[in-house]
Parts: sequence; structure tokens; C-alpha cells
Amino acid sequence: MTWEIVIGLEVHTQLSTSSKIFSGAATAYGAEPNTQADAVSIALPGVLPVLNKGAVERAIKFGLAIGAHIAPRSVFARKNYFYPDLPKGYQISQFDLPVVGQGALTIQVEPLSGSGKPYEKTVRITRAHLEEDAGKSIHGDFHGMTGIDLNRAGTPLLEIVSEPDMCSAAEAVAYAKALHSLVRWIGICDGNMQEGSFRCDVNVSVRRPGAPLGTRREIKNLNSFKFMQQAIDFEVQWQIDTLENGGKIQQATILFNPDTGETRAMRSKEDAHDYRYFPDPDLLPLDITPAILEQVRATLPELPQVRRERYIGDYALTAYDANNLTASREMADFFDSCLNEIGTPNAKLCSNWLTGEVTAQLNRDGLDITQCPVTPQQLSGMLARIVDNTISNSGAKEVFRTLWAEGGKADAIIEAKGLKQVSDSGAIEALVDEIIAANADKVAEYRSGKDKLFGFFVGLAMKASKGKANPAQLNEILLQKLAG
Amino acid sequence: MFNSSLQQLGSALRAGQISSVELTQLYLDRIAALNPALNAYITTDAGTSLAQARAADTMLANGTAQALTGIPIAQKDIFCAKGWRTTCGSKMLENFVSPYDAHVIGQFNNAGAVNLGKTNMDEFAMGSSNETSYFGTVKNPWDQSRVPGGSSGGAAAAVAARLCAAATGTDTGGSIRQPAALCGISGLKPTYGVVSRYGMIAFASSLDQAGPMARSAEDLAMLLNAMAGFDERDSTSLQRDKEDYARDLSKPLDGLRIGLPKEFFAEGLGNDVAQTVEAAIAEYKKLGASVVEISLPNSKLSVPVYYVLAPAEASSNLSRFDGVRYGYRAPEYTDLADMYEKSRAQGFGAEVKRRIMIGTYVLSHGYYDAYYLQAQKIRRLIAQDFTEAFKQCDVIMGPTAPSTAFKLGEKGDDPVQMYLSDIYTIAVNLAGLPGMSIPCGFGANDMPVGLQIIGNYFDEARMLNAAHQYQLATDWHSRAPQGL
Repeated sequence: MTWEIVIGLEVHTQLSTSSKIFSGAATAYGAEPNTQADAVSIALPGVLPVLNKGAVERAIKFGLAIGAHIAPRSVFARKNYFYPDLPKGYQISQFDLPVVGQGALTIQVEPLSGSGKPYEKTVRITRAHLEEDAGKSIHGDFHGMTGIDLNRAGTPLLEIVSEPDMCSAAEAVAYAKALHSLVRWIGICDGNMQEGSFRCDVNVSVRRPGAPLGTRREIKNLNSFKFMQQAIDFEVQWQIDTLENGGKIQQATILFNPDTGETRAMRSKEDAHDYRYFPDPDLLPLDITPAILEQVRATLPELPQVRRERYIGDYALTAYDANNLTASREMADFFDSCLNEIGTPNAKLCSNWLTGEVTAQLNRDGLDITQCPVTPQQLSGMLARIVDNTISNSGAKEVFRTLWAEGGKADAIIEAKGLKQVSDSGAIEALVDEIIAANADKVAEYRSGKDKLFGFFVGLAMKASKGKANPAQLNEILLQKLAG
Repeated sequence: MFNSSLQQLGSALRAGQISSVELTQLYLDRIAALNPALNAYITTDAGTSLAQARAADTMLANGTAQALTGIPIAQKDIFCAKGWRTTCGSKMLENFVSPYDAHVIGQFNNAGAVNLGKTNMDEFAMGSSNETSYFGTVKNPWDQSRVPGGSSGGAAAAVAARLCAAATGTDTGGSIRQPAALCGISGLKPTYGVVSRYGMIAFASSLDQAGPMARSAEDLAMLLNAMAGFDERDSTSLQRDKEDYARDLSKPLDGLRIGLPKEFFAEGLGNDVAQTVEAAIAEYKKLGASVVEISLPNSKLSVPVYYVLAPAEASSNLSRFDGVRYGYRAPEYTDLADMYEKSRAQGFGAEVKRRIMIGTYVLSHGYYDAYYLQAQKIRRLIAQDFTEAFKQCDVIMGPTAPSTAFKLGEKGDDPVQMYLSDIYTIAVNLAGLPGMSIPCGFGANDMPVGLQIIGNYFDEARMLNAAHQYQLATDWHSRAPQGL
């Protein structure tokens, strides 16, 4: 009997404001401990929160990008619990009235293993709400005491909660990647997972097909897609094994250990806090007027989904290519810049180069597209020479390697390296005539039916042209002349 | 000099008849003589006060003085003042020196006023007799065996005993008006949002409001002019044009419609207070006002509603006092939970702990709807009662407190009796309306009686007008306790 996997995600995205959500303190990563902790971050007696409009705009942007309902009035609530890195003894969050309501994200799933085909899936997003981050407790270093760094306290977060719509690690990872790409695309989060700007909590349960939902366990704080996949795979197997051995799943919060590849329980449901949520009396309800909504909508870039469809519809690219090109806004913008230079009829060629050679080189050098040493102008300059038959594909690769390593312009490199194809049919004809004259015996063999000798003639001609003859042209002329 | 109005003091200072240093020293000497008995101040700092006085004298000399420049004002110890110990009446903050100024403190500093010291108060403003202060009870200057009221008991006693020219207070359920009544002085709680709460240590954020305490309505107007105004650091501060609260002081009262809530003159009101307040109403009729009986049918629910909402907010507001970053930390503890428990158990007094427990309870899962939400609904009904009432009258008048000052220790064992001291004042906070108390005679044991004046939202100028005209016609406000 088979098991069904049910997965839902809660993703904390750190919003890319330069100051905190309720104070003017800076949010930059990596500062000396407590140097970005102002009176509000420390929660001195008497201080009050003032909402950062930039955080609200980013939340609205996200809501619009997933086609969600933006609440005309949402409310900040206090989530009360004691912890040393939670300076006020409560976290300001949103509870029953979040700023972003139900929306959806369409994802492209590539099965992680096996031979399954890529497919599309729509994941429903339950809500997204604004809240403040806590500080950090630092263990070690302090002679048995714990250090508290409040630099991060008050950093704006948008917590994005999905429905339990995913039924494999592949889908969960695809959703997380799509979300990661989207928040960077619309410019609300830098997406830096090492620095904790994009943190995923994954709720996992299993059930028999048709059975009600199983008890879930929540894997906290996954900060890489690889770990997410490993953690889900391990957890799913653990739950199935437990159930098949007659055990029961207890609701729990669990942590993934990347070193062992295992999950372990952190706290059970019995330890769950009663957070005593209530509306924060220090903050007014957040009113978002239609005017504000339109103002934010106007700043929204063309969304990845829209651009993807456009690439498929207008440029006849495959879904696979369109996905790759819209994996990040920077890649898509790079592609569009190239098309601006060489024209949309060459979209396929351009796409092939970007998703092929360019991506391969970037991966090899550990760079992303924003760090690409070859500009769209440089690349287009080279592509244009392919289009007008000045260089062959192998010539182009050499031009590209030079552009990558040394910069410069394609035309100059072609000139300097003598990579220009011979496309002058007169010159090629003369060359072919010479070869035919010098190899009368082979020509006779060919003409008597030994077709395979055609390659031999091509080889001779190419050698004679020092590799520069336009291959298509050469073929054509050879065929013609050999036919007699 | 000690009986001069703020206007007179300002004129004398600007005319050079007395310097701010001389005036401040006079008060410091009087405090040194009388405070050991009255205990109205928790902290004085002659050096800092005199330095401010010297700065004020410079302003007075170079013509940059404003209305309050050089005048010594006592600040309730709930306001954070840079460099001043700010205790909020609690052991928890016994050694807390504020690194920043509350908005109110900043306003007085900008006006060139002198901070004469920090006045005693019920711990975290929770009390109606000043008996919950960690720094000892304050004695009522009219009879030192009696309470001054609370929580702004130190401020009221200091004004009555001429230990300052004027003072600030805060009022969450009557904490300005009730001690003003019990000490025979004038006090005003403005409309919620008129004075910024920034830097004022929070008790119940949706109810807390700072206001002036002085010997006359005229002085109150001058102080409120300095205190009021929009402050972007408090999200509940109201964005309104600056107004002159003294503008209507001299208007005659002809045609003023006074509403008398029948619920305020019912069971529970002392006969002596009733008669004194009725005499004051008769005086108002002589001044040209008319009287109409009104009803505030839900006001009887205000005490229970208040004792759900205020503790709920307080339980959360006081979570920051955890011994981690500042304030009291237990000297010995075994682990984190033990540190929290011991620090808070030792740092907070009994009344504060009682309210934290009530507040925690009413916000808990399963009780929230029955208590907190229900109380919020009734709160709206109470506010609606006032809206209805103000269709029939311009101001509402009645007793401030049900009795005159009671004996020290008399109600200490019975919190409910103590809570009923604020039965006439609490509804005003729940509705967010402005309310004031002015002396209107003497009741049993020759103790002062306060007349409460409640205005519609932002009607402070009209209330001050009504109070001032009464004070022109009577001399209750200029009576001073004898034998000090």
C-alpha cells in the first residue's frame, strides 16, 4: 500500500528595507553585535513602535505578485512569550487580520530523481503577514553565559504561509525556489539564504490515499534547497517507517542536522506556548487605500510568469528555455537586452547561448548573471556575426572565450584571430575545382556510388580553406560539383 | 512666591525680579524641608536642576525666553528623562537611569522649564492611593494620615504642598484626576492622543494619557500648550494643528449646557462629596450655565471592563522587565526560567503582580473571547453613551471620586474597594475623552473635594474655560494646606 505525502511551507523572507520595521535602526547584515540596536530594539521603557512604510509597500508588492487579496485594513498583534533575544517579551506580528490574503503561485516542477517529466502546478498561498524578527542568542564564547545580539531584533519579515498543496520534496523545493525567485524578482528581499534572508519551515505529514490528513511535524529553519530536499526525504521515510511499525506521529517541531542528514524533535506539542495574541495598542490598524494599492502596483515589474508566457508565445521558445531564462529577473533582463541589440527573430539563438555556453561558464566560475564578464552588448555583437554567417559556431565559441577572458569586441577578435568564414562562393568554387582536379580517382569512385567519400572531400576543402569556409556553402558547392 | 500663578512667575522671571536659579533653589530648599515627611519626590538632583535653571537664566537674559522658561516643574517618575533615574515607582527600575528623554520631558526642556525632580507614584501607575510605590507612601498634605490618591499621588501632593510650581501626571483610569481631587488641586487628562506617550513608561497603552497638574485651570492651559502636539514617534499621537488651550479662558459661561449623569449621583457616592459637588453646580448656574440630566447607562460596567483591558495590556507591556537588559535581576538563579521568575517575583510588588496575572489570564487561550473581546465591545458601548450624551450638553460634570482622601492603609487589603475609587473617572479613559478635576470645596474631615469636568473629544479649551470661570468666582483652588 502506498503513502501520500502532504507538505506545506512557511517562509520567512527578510524585507530589503534599510531600516527596521518599527524603528530607524539599520538592518545591514554582519555589523558588530548590538551596534544596530537602538532604544526600540533594546525595548527600553517607554519606547514605541512606528511602522516602516517601506516594509508595507514590499508586502503589498508581494500580494499583488501572487494575485492575492490585499486587506484594506489589517492589524498588528502581540505574540507574547519570554526569550532573552525577544526584548519586549512579545513579537509584533499579524494574527487574525494579515495584510496579504489568499493568493497562488504557479510552479514548474522537475522531478528530482527518476525519469518523470517536468510539469506545472499551482500552489495556493494562504496568507502573508508582516512581523519583526527577534535578535540572536549566542552560546559558547561567554564562560557559560549566553550572549545576546539585538542587531537583528526588529528586522522586517514577511511570513508567507502556503496551503499543504505539495506532495513531494521535488514540489516543495520547486515552490521554495519559485518563491525565492519571485521575492528577488520584485525586489522585496535579497534572497541571501546564508545570511538568513530566506528561511523555510516545512510541515510534513503522510497519509494513506483518501485518508484524512496525518499528524504533521514541522522542520524549522531550513536555509538551503538541498537541505530542504534531504530533510523532507528523511522525515517522510521516518514517518512512514514509524507508522508501518505500528507507531504514532506526535505533533512536534523538529530540526534538520545537515551533518547527519537526520531530523530530530526540538519540542513537542505539549511544550507549545499560549502566545496570548491581542491587537497591539501601540499601533493603529494598517489601512491600505485603493490609491496606495495603485501606487505600489505601478512599481511592480513584469512578473516572471507573464514574461515566461511572452517568451513562449512571442518568441516560440520552449517552456524549458523560457523557464531557464526567467529563473531570475537579471537573467531575463540580460536576455531582453540581447534581443534589443540583435532583434527578436534571433531569440532562439540567443536563448541557446544564454542557457548553454553562458550559463555553463558562469557555473564554472561560480558567478551569477549579474557578475557575467560579457555584457549583453558584447554577446549580441558576437551573435550578430553568427547570424550573418561571418563566423561558424566553432569560431563563435572561440570569440566567446576571448570575450570572457579578455573583453573587447567580437568584430575585433574575429579580425585579430582570422576567424572570418569564407563565404565568397567564387573562392570556394575555385578551391573545390582544385580538389576535384587533384583527386580524379576518388571523384570517380564517388560518382560510381561511394557516397561516403563526400566527407573526405569536405575534409580536404576545409583544410584547404584553413577551416574558414562557410560549411553550408561548401556542402552545397561540393554536392553540385561532384554531381558533375 | 509659592502661591504665584505660572503667569506671574513667568512675568517675574522675565522682569528679572527673581532668577530661575533663585526660584529653583527656593523650591529645592522647601523640598529638603518638607519632602522627608510627605515623600512626594522619589528623586531630586539639585545639580542638574540648577544647571537647567542657569541655562534658563541665560535665555531670560538674552530675550529667547518662552512662557515656561525658568519655571520649576516636577515630573512624574513615569517619564524617562535623560540622565535621571526613572523608577516608575518600582524596585524593578530602582537603578534605571534613562538614556533618553520622553516627548513630554523634551517639550518642557525645549520650553526652558526646569526639571525639579521625579515625583512618587504607584508602582507602574497601578494604584489609587500611592501606597503601591516601592519608594514608600506619599502623605496627603492636608492630613498626613491620609492618602494623596494615585497613581500621580506624588505630583498632586507636591503641587498642593507648593513643592513645585506645577507638575505632570499620567492618567490611565483616573490617575491625574483622582489625586488632584484628593489633594485639592487642578488636573487635566487630555483627549487620548493629544500628548505623545513616547518615553512614558506604558501601563495600558490604549488608555494612558499624560496631562498637567497645577493649582489652577489657567496654569493647566499654559502647561498643556507645552505638552500637546503631534509626535511621529507615537503612532497613536494625533496629527492636529497646534492650538492655544488658553484661548477661551475668559469667555463667559452663558448658555453652557452642563450634563449631570444620574449614574454619578447614585449609590456609592459620599454625602459630603455629593453636597459639595451640587453646590459647585449651583455656582455654575449662577455663572449662566444650564443643567440637564443625562444618562451613561453602561458606565456602571466601566470598572470591570477596565480591570480586564488595562491588566491585559499591562501584562504584555511589563514583559520587557525580565532582568536581561536593564532593571532588576535576582542575585541568584539556577537557569533562564529561574532568572525570569525570581527577577520578576522580587522586582515587582503585589499589585503589579496581581494585574499581570489577571491580564495573562484574560488573554489566555479559551478565555480571550469571554473577557478581552467582550470587554472591548462594552468599551465601545461606553464610548457611545458619551456620544449620545454630548448631543444634549457641552460638558459633563460630576464628582471626581466617591469620597475624600481615605486613611493610609484603609483600603490596602481590599483591591475591589480600592478599584472603586476610580468609578467616575475610568469611563473617560475607556472612551478616550478629556477629563479634568478642579477643587470645589471640602467634605468630611475638611478634606478637599474634586469636581470632574468631562468634555467632548478635543474640547479641552472649553473645559478649561468652564474651570477658569469657576475659579474666578470661587477661591477653593487657592486654598493651601496649613501647618507645613
